[in-house]
Amino acid sequence: MLRMIAKRMLIAVPSLVGVVIVSFLLTRALPGDPAAYFAGPAATKEAIEQIRAKLGLDKPLYLQFIRYVGDLARGDLGDSLTTGQPVAHEIKTRLPASAELTLLGLIVSMAIAVPLGIVAATRPNSLVDHLCRVISTAGVSLPVFFTGLILIYVFYYLLGWAPAPLGRLDVFFSPPPHVTGFYLIDSLIAGEGEVFAASLKQLVLPALTLGIFALAPIARMTRASMLAVLASDFVRTARASGLAPLTVVVTYAFRNAMLPVVTTLGMVFSFLLGANVLVEKVFAWPGIGSFAVEALIASDFAPLQGFVLTMAVMYVALNLLIDVLYGVIDPRVRLEA
Amino acid sequence: MNKAVSIPSPQGGRESAESVAPLRAASAGFASAPALAPRSTGFSATLRHARYILGENAVTGFAFALFLVIVLAALFGPYLVPYDPFASDTAAALKAPSAAHWFGTDQLGRDVFSRVVVATRLDFLIAVASVALVFLMGGLAGVAAGFFGGWTDRVVGRVADTIMAFPLFVLAMGIVAALGNTVENVVLATAIVNFPLYARIARAEANVRREAGFVLAARLSGNGEMRILLAHVLPNIMPIMVVQMSLTMGYAILNAAGLSFIGLGVRPPTAEWGIMVAEGAAFMVSGEWWIAFFPGAALMVAVFCFNLLGDGLRDIVDPQRRT
Amino acid sequence: MSETVPLLEVADLTVEFTTRRGVVRAVEHVDVRVAKGETVGIVGESGSGKSVTSYAVMRILDRAGRIAQGGVRFTGLDVRAASEDQMRDLRGREMSMIFQNPRAALNPIRKIGRQIEDVLEQHSQADSAALTDRAIEMLDQVRIARPRERYHAYPFELSGGMCQRVVIALALACRPQLLIADEPTTGLDVTTQKTVMDLIVELTRQRGMSTILITHDLGLAATYCDRVVVMEKGRVVESAPSRDIFTAPAHPYTRKLMRATPRPGLSLRDLLPDDESGEGAASVPASSKSTGTAPLLVVEKLVKEYPRKRPGGPLGKILARQPAPEPDTFRAVDGISFTVARGESVGLVGESGCGKSTTSTMVMRLIDKSDGVIMFDGEDIGAIPAKSFAKLPLRKRIQMVFQDPTDSLNPRFTAARAIADPILRLGGMRRRDAVRARCEALARQVGLPLDLLDRFPHQLSGGQKARVGIARAIALNPDLVVLDEPTAALDVSVQAVVLNLLQELKETLGMSYLFVSHDLNVVRLLCDRVIVMCAGRIVEQGPTAQILGSPQAQYTRDLLAAVPHPTFT
Repeated sequence: MLRMIAKRMLIAVPSLVGVVIVSFLLTRALPGDPAAYFAGPAATKEAIEQIRAKLGLDKPLYLQFIRYVGDLARGDLGDSLTTGQPVAHEIKTRLPASAELTLLGLIVSMAIAVPLGIVAATRPNSLVDHLCRVISTAGVSLPVFFTGLILIYVFYYLLGWAPAPLGRLDVFFSPPPHVTGFYLIDSLIAGEGEVFAASLKQLVLPALTLGIFALAPIARMTRASMLAVLASDFVRTARASGLAPLTVVVTYAFRNAMLPVVTTLGMVFSFLLGANVLVEKVFAWPGIGSFAVEALIASDFAPLQGFVLTMAVMYVALNLLIDVLYGVIDPRVRLEA
Repeated sequence: MNKAVSIPSPQGGRESAESVAPLRAASAGFASAPALAPRSTGFSATLRHARYILGENAVTGFAFALFLVIVLAALFGPYLVPYDPFASDTAAALKAPSAAHWFGTDQLGRDVFSRVVVATRLDFLIAVASVALVFLMGGLAGVAAGFFGGWTDRVVGRVADTIMAFPLFVLAMGIVAALGNTVENVVLATAIVNFPLYARIARAEANVRREAGFVLAARLSGNGEMRILLAHVLPNIMPIMVVQMSLTMGYAILNAAGLSFIGLGVRPPTAEWGIMVAEGAAFMVSGEWWIAFFPGAALMVAVFCFNLLGDGLRDIVDPQRRT
Repeated sequence: MSETVPLLEVADLTVEFTTRRGVVRAVEHVDVRVAKGETVGIVGESGSGKSVTSYAVMRILDRAGRIAQGGVRFTGLDVRAASEDQMRDLRGREMSMIFQNPRAALNPIRKIGRQIEDVLEQHSQADSAALTDRAIEMLDQVRIARPRERYHAYPFELSGGMCQRVVIALALACRPQLLIADEPTTGLDVTTQKTVMDLIVELTRQRGMSTILITHDLGLAATYCDRVVVMEKGRVVESAPSRDIFTAPAHPYTRKLMRATPRPGLSLRDLLPDDESGEGAASVPASSKSTGTAPLLVVEKLVKEYPRKRPGGPLGKILARQPAPEPDTFRAVDGISFTVARGESVGLVGESGCGKSTTSTMVMRLIDKSDGVIMFDGEDIGAIPAKSFAKLPLRKRIQMVFQDPTDSLNPRFTAARAIADPILRLGGMRRRDAVRARCEALARQVGLPLDLLDRFPHQLSGGQKARVGIARAIALNPDLVVLDEPTAALDVSVQAVVLNLLQELKETLGMSYLFVSHDLNVVRLLCDRVIVMCAGRIVEQGPTAQILGSPQAQYTRDLLAAVPHPTFT
């Protein structure tokens, strides 16, 4: 098992190298003079030259790359023009907000999609099956920012059940003492029930938006792979041996059907991390997505580059986690390593 | 002897030889075209099968009709709309939907209906252009990688893996921000993030056919490798790639609209669904829902239509993968 | 046996399937009785309804299927009317089933021991403490060595034959009264087939069980069964003791099936029904080869090496605990030498993985050799890279008929276009009407009706596709044709026709055949000489009658002994 994890980590190395190279090339591909770009629209000629020297843009490309890698190794992602803060610091403080939202969105979608897919597959052409099919086609057609706005209109403006879509916590509360950065967990640790309830209220709509978005691919894949497994030879053997339906569906079919679903999770994460940016903008969520969008509007490139890199590194790590999870379920992968 | 026992299953019958037994016919019913007249050629058979699917599956027929509406709106929309999509009329600002303004008016008093219809062309063009671009890039690279293997395969695989290492929308953001905030770059970025998908499918399809009997037979018949690739392998992969195109059209529109929602690519006052939703977003909390709702709904309907159409096309091309 | 109450009685069984195009009857008015301790074979070609009948007995038809008429009584219980709970109790405990493709029949991610335990536990055959012991005992009974260790194995760690033993253990764990074996040996190598069949017979006899053996192989059924039921197109056409079926088949279909089954002592002609034997000149036994001239094909010390697969590539190598003891290459073909004379048919026989296909692909010049010489009509074709061979004039003279007629035809080419492909590329013929005329002549030669020429492969039957493949192979009048298991995907009656066609073509066109096959009975019919291969080497070679009549090598003897022969003929 440990060897398998080690092996998967080695396989992730080329991906990381690729990510660093691409994120480096993105800056060098900036139209016009990158130094002028980094200096911002209002910079003077001297300021631009200063930046050029500071960033080493007057050196040959490979030296620039070595320098970039060196900066990364020290955790230096450059400074934000608008706030003047180091980008790494900004990202570090905003990351928990994004992570909390994305994870809750994933949990919501899994909790609905997996049972839905299983029930649909075990009862073909039933009402649940048709529902599952409609959801999985309609779900992928919903623009995530549109879903979010509709939810806001219905639950905030019309019904008044949800709080104003403005960030992680109502202004009347102060955030719980920092432990994990997840307000839900930190407030519980601190024993502040009201803060927990308030932050949950803020989280429900954006998490639901993300959940609806990720629902479709998971439900679709669960249903399809469950159908395939239920029609497979070994399930027929299990049935012919008189095993109870629950044993057949759970022990025999479900675990096998989860393998393609776990693989799909990689794609789902890719979608979720992207959708996260849009949802953060809609709900004014103070995560790294809205940080990137603010930087985009201000033509502030360093934060955007840091954001792209952070997202990619997280995504590579998530894929690694998925691979390990796959190995836990499937002995073929585990023993091959 | 290695014979398949054919029991009918939704997965389709397995190939077995020379038998016209009822059971065989039963499984064939799941798996392939309806009974064919002796003299029918492949094309007319496909056509008949397409008609059969459209007739059988009302949903696909509906999606096809919707698709025609979208194409018509893209072609003729600007000439048909009741108002100038850019003419502001502050007196009529923020009016709810009415007989005069079907979809209401926005904060500048522009007619939302006219803007939604006119936007069809731009959104449709972005999607078609990016899908066509990635079809050429990804499809050709993937087919070459799968068929020739070796270093071609490694290079294409490495490029695809690197792109896949990013969350796709995030990479698209980075590309547009770096290359410049233009519609062309939105098209390019959408194509690039879709590249791995196309390359992988084309690669897999070419790879299974690389050692297929008919390719070996073509080699024995004196066909060169290039000829085998172009005349034998490629035509067999095309249908699957075309289905993929229609399935990713929806994603391409969503991607482009998402980018313009956060201010990339299209700029105001251009009529485009993503940016219109972004402009209307602020009014959702004060109750003027129509400004964001109608462009959002148009976007949703278009994507839904492409997805349904893709599923329907897949049924026609590849009956075994029906869901 | 007729006085006793039968264990299983299938009476007037009709099974219907609901399909997109309405209701289809897969099985109609079938009657089968199985007495206690009796072994009954159900024989038929694909689509005959034999498997559906057995699924109806167990009531495991999929959703689309239902018993429309008649019924099944098992030890007096009406299976059609029984509740699902009752049936579940019956399955696995009173009646159980083993399937073809054993590897797929086992849960790929569950330990095999646990899978046996699941069945035991379901039918409360042992208390939980004894479960593991019982499972290991079952593994031991199906002759799995080191059962205590193998208990923890996953199916992918076992060979196909081993997996089938596990499936047998699973089926017999609760000591059922009836075992249904659905093509239990299809897809296994001949020697494995025999051991698996012998094991089934031995275990079921010991327990006094009844068995239904479902197979397409009349020889297998006659060897192992007391009684044989022959099915055709969903109906039972004949039901009689094995001996009678073989010595005096009553129904014309049985006679046709029996005739078409290749077995010792028959010639190719004998495979065809009487009314079809008038035409052709195949009655002359194969002996038209010209002697004295140099052989057409000479293969000397041919070697093909492949790099051994290392999972994970270079990274895997770094991580491997120690360097692997084996060499980095694997010899698929290990220094073999043989010749093929003009007009001669040579059989290349062996079990899967013996290197016979690799050899034929090298001779075809589709892949490059690692070492050795391939001489064709005095030219060293082995020295020409496979890549550039395709466009040489020599290409015309070596052609091939493929194993799977479906896979070997481009789905987007009509039959005529497929046959014309070599003519256009290598035949130097360009004019459309000339090419068309040549295609039609070839179609006539292989017995393909001309109106089928404009059809696409999916509109042709298996036998018709095989004919297209043969027409394409002979289109350029080749000197050597490699036949790679050309009938393996066909039903026996079609196989008989295709084999006769091949023989006839060889004689009229004077070609040589290199016939690659695992089926000794087929090789016996078509080949002048036989080469037996095992693990990349030639075990023995010589005239067919000599090798198959008095084999010298132990391996050849094992192969021959493994082919089922009914003892009474």
